[in-house]
Amino acid sequence: MSGEYMEEAARPQNQTSVFVKRKRTFTLASLGVMAVFAISSAVTHYDVIGGFESVPAAIIWIAKNLVPDGRALSRLPNILRKLTETALVSVAVTVCAGICAFFFSLPGTRTTKTKPQIARAVRVVAALFRNVPDVVWAMLLLFSFGQNILTGFFALFFATFGMLTRTFIETIDEVCDACVEALYATGATYLQTVFQGIVPCSMPEIVSWVLYMIETNIRNSTLIGVLTATGIGAMFDLYYKRMDYGSASMVVISIVILVIAIEIISNQIRKVIM
Amino acid sequence: MSKLAIAEQAPVSLDLHKYMRKSRGGKIKTAAMSKSGIAINLTVLILAGLTVYGFLTFDYKNINFAEAVSSTASNAKVLFGSPRLKYNTLPGALSALFTTFSLGALSTIFGAVIAFFGALLCAKNIANPIAANVIKSAVAFIRAVPTILWVLIFTVAAGLGSVAAVAGLTFHSAGYLIKAYAESIEEVDGGAIEALSAVGAGFWQIVFQAIVPSSMSHMTAWTFLRLEINFTTAIAIGAAAGAGGIGFDLYMAGSHYFDLRELGFITYVVVAAVILLEAAATRIKAGIR
Repeated sequence: MSGEYMEEAARPQNQTSVFVKRKRTFTLASLGVMAVFAISSAVTHYDVIGGFESVPAAIIWIAKNLVPDGRALSRLPNILRKLTETALVSVAVTVCAGICAFFFSLPGTRTTKTKPQIARAVRVVAALFRNVPDVVWAMLLLFSFGQNILTGFFALFFATFGMLTRTFIETIDEVCDACVEALYATGATYLQTVFQGIVPCSMPEIVSWVLYMIETNIRNSTLIGVLTATGIGAMFDLYYKRMDYGSASMVVISIVILVIAIEIISNQIRKVIM
Repeated sequence: MSKLAIAEQAPVSLDLHKYMRKSRGGKIKTAAMSKSGIAINLTVLILAGLTVYGFLTFDYKNINFAEAVSSTASNAKVLFGSPRLKYNTLPGALSALFTTFSLGALSTIFGAVIAFFGALLCAKNIANPIAANVIKSAVAFIRAVPTILWVLIFTVAAGLGSVAAVAGLTFHSAGYLIKAYAESIEEVDGGAIEALSAVGAGFWQIVFQAIVPSSMSHMTAWTFLRLEINFTTAIAIGAAAGAGGIGFDLYMAGSHYFDLRELGFITYVVVAAVILLEAAATRIKAGIR
């Protein structure tokens, strides 16, 4: 009796309990998700039961068919050559886009105290590059460059450039504010501030982001490759359409090993530099 | 006399020049080379080397670079400058856009549900370490396979249609979200979990009374980020795997009709949708916090 009384007294009358509130939010959120689910499956004609059934069937199919065979082994040198090319493209794209994005992001940061109009213009351009899908860049470049390694290079470059510019603006604002202010106070010029202040203090973050984008770009370049018939993506597509599943699985395995290797190396580097 | 006082009284005659590191030119070095500094320089050097090596060894097939660049620039001007629809109608494009969004939403929902239970099994602070390692390795494998390959594999294994697209997208989403959720769960205050288990709460009580409430806002943020990624990926697989939606329209306009202006119009529709989705996600995330 007294316990109930205490509880009533502790809480003002007009305030709902945190548990009731939590329950209400949870109910609303689940209803919302269910509605989105129902509408989405209706729009895409998604067969829910068929979808669940397909997964075990697909796994059995994968286990039976996607196994490297003798022929796949003989194709390994070719696959590895394409894989090296894809890896080098990813690194080159990310490094070039990273350098461009760094210098482009400088006027967009609060830290460097550029005119607000210029800063806003930088952000809009970055948003444009980031939000135009890489598929569109690939299509556009395909018109002039054809099935060339540069098609994939520039398609990835534009998307990476947009993504990294935004990230670098945020990183520089977050990490370098104090040290740039200190440098300005000593009367350092713009270039001195950039190279003695911003570059050293944002470098660990920047390297970490570049490593992350290299990993992402290997996966994205596979997709662009399928689309533009270049690189490792095209190789997978070719074997797959010929129903040479053994060789296709060899491509998948080699991509997986490359991506995981890059992930492990990146994590090791991050541990040391951060 | 205390030690401090002795130290204060001791005669100080430091030859500062002995401790200063100088460059060859006689300038005083102000920055010491730390372990992380060396690692950064080495990483940058290796990446730069690989980039140069890449550029030297790529097979450019004797392309006329200047000509290709200038024609791309004029194509870009047409694409962004004079968009219009010819093969599609605006309602058609919008309904295709909605299909693409639905593919992204379905796979995000499936991915989030799978990832929630997966993350409970592999978050360091609540899970069995052996099971956690097994799941983490499986997830690393799933994430390493590009989404497009999952979709193509499921297209043959499960037949063409939304099932293959959703299954392919879900695989990668679940892999990504398991890692993200597990990290959010690992950040939950250990004291809350300990307090609940001390009063005899069961596993699910701990999950729903301690873990879910305190990691909810992080998890929601990750889920919406993944929704945005899934939407753009759904566009890409629509184009590359023929999975339908606005991505397929993009592919048809670009590689079938060779119609830059149509491509431009669809691009604007897509960009507007992506920006709208981002704004909506930001508002919902702000409402939850």
